[in-house]
Amino acid sequence: MDAVANNQSAPKADAKDTTLIYRQSRWTRLTHWLWAFSLFFMLLSGLQIFNARPQLYLGKQSGFEFNNTILEIGAENTANGPRGFTAILGHRFDTTGVLGWSGPPGQETPRAFPAWATIPSYYDLGTARVVHFFFAWILTATLLVWLIAGLINGHIRRDLAPRVSDLRKLPKDIVDHAKLKFHHTREYNTLQKMAYGGVLFVALPLMIVTGLAMSPSMDSVLPWLNEILGGRQTARTIHFTVMVLLVLFFVIHILMILAAGPINELRSIITGWYRTDPPAKHDQSTERSA
Amino acid sequence: MAKFQISRRKFLTAGSLGLSGIALSGCDAFDSGLGIGGGLRSFLENANGLTYRAQRLLAGRDALAPEFTEADIRQPQRPNGVTAPDDDTYKGLLANNFADWRLEVTGLVEKPLSLTREQLQNMPSRTQITRHDCVEGWSCIAKWTGTPLSLVLDQAMVKPQARYVMFHCLDTIEQSLSGNIKYYGTIDLIDARHPQTILAYGLNGKPLPVENGAPLRVRVERQLGYKMPKYLYKIELVDSFATIGGGRGGYWEDNGYDWYGGI
Repeated sequence: MDAVANNQSAPKADAKDTTLIYRQSRWTRLTHWLWAFSLFFMLLSGLQIFNARPQLYLGKQSGFEFNNTILEIGAENTANGPRGFTAILGHRFDTTGVLGWSGPPGQETPRAFPAWATIPSYYDLGTARVVHFFFAWILTATLLVWLIAGLINGHIRRDLAPRVSDLRKLPKDIVDHAKLKFHHTREYNTLQKMAYGGVLFVALPLMIVTGLAMSPSMDSVLPWLNEILGGRQTARTIHFTVMVLLVLFFVIHILMILAAGPINELRSIITGWYRTDPPAKHDQSTERSA
Repeated sequence: MAKFQISRRKFLTAGSLGLSGIALSGCDAFDSGLGIGGGLRSFLENANGLTYRAQRLLAGRDALAPEFTEADIRQPQRPNGVTAPDDDTYKGLLANNFADWRLEVTGLVEKPLSLTREQLQNMPSRTQITRHDCVEGWSCIAKWTGTPLSLVLDQAMVKPQARYVMFHCLDTIEQSLSGNIKYYGTIDLIDARHPQTILAYGLNGKPLPVENGAPLRVRVERQLGYKMPKYLYKIELVDSFATIGGGRGGYWEDNGYDWYGGI
């Protein structure tokens, strides 16, 4: 399939003797953008859903007469007027303006995540759930399509499966990333493999699993799921925590793309074509800083 | 279920079209397109029908919600929504300790019923320690005792054309210019006949308190709390809920919640 094009040079190479290669198959590109799109809506509708109960608990149930709350976002009256706060594991932070108490000046309202971070922007749990579950189906279907395509066209085995050499390259890879020194090759580097593999094989499946664990109907089908996860409220806490990790991944992903050359990176995830570094003898010229 | 008939192909095709539609509109437009009855909203709501069919397929009729032990009952059942109905009818019934209260079973049944609390409590009962999951995200474990709804339905002899059980409640959930809206809701006959679906009159070994729905509330253990009406006084078997209330099958559904609350 797409692998045919791997070693073909594009007709045009630039003065630096670099080469355009066909790096991302249509399946990778299509699923990437479907994920980007659906994760955007899942995040913003998810934050709205969280706003309905801006507390996270550990265990089977929420403690009202006992304390198993590990995170709370809220608003309180103080001598200086209403303030927003975020309490994590007993540590309390003033987060007025963003978390707990936010809105246009003079029109602030108590809400965990601010209007700009939620869908809909106004408080509406029902609508957020409609949006969330619609994109949950899209996201899950996309993951399945990607998995099947990736197994058939070799993308997972060739590009993502970890190898012994990856482990060997890891220290240098970390140093290179820290120096913002990027190598443009057909292969993903070790940290890339870890990040993409972590998102696709750990984070997204965990989001789906913890999401299903919260469904009372699914709980009748897979009662062991909540037992493994530590109870429905722990599942909800994991769901939230993995969301934070996915946001963190997104931020780093964007920063890396900006640092590694956004035009080239974007071209490869839109058209599939990627400009690689010239052969090793010109290695010096491949170093770039952002 | 005509309401939920949509083929996978149609869903995916429409899905991709819808995605490009959303991509073209801005966030404010997205907000406004999400109103109940709007095209975008109706389209996205198809996912609830897909969820309903998928979960029915997986869970079947009788898969049981997990039941817990006495040790898991660590607090009183947290009340939500209306906790002290202000309706005169209700307050009158409460003053008399519900001696004059009746559970009416009407609609598409061969034999309409009017049951006293005593008659209900003399029927075989089921006690279950289950986890109440609120749509807001919290959970609370409690012990519920009540009459299996299936027994009541059998006694009333449901007509074959009945498709939903509608619960009518005594509490006013919303006061509007066009009058007071009393809580109501519907479930399908699969959930209505589920072994754990009970008309509960007992909570944690005591009579059901007012704040939790006295004298009678529904437990539908495979769905979220908004599908379990409190302050019940009438059960009506219907073939459609399109002409009742906002036509979406319940008070919260009329306000934008999905009809199927199994997720």
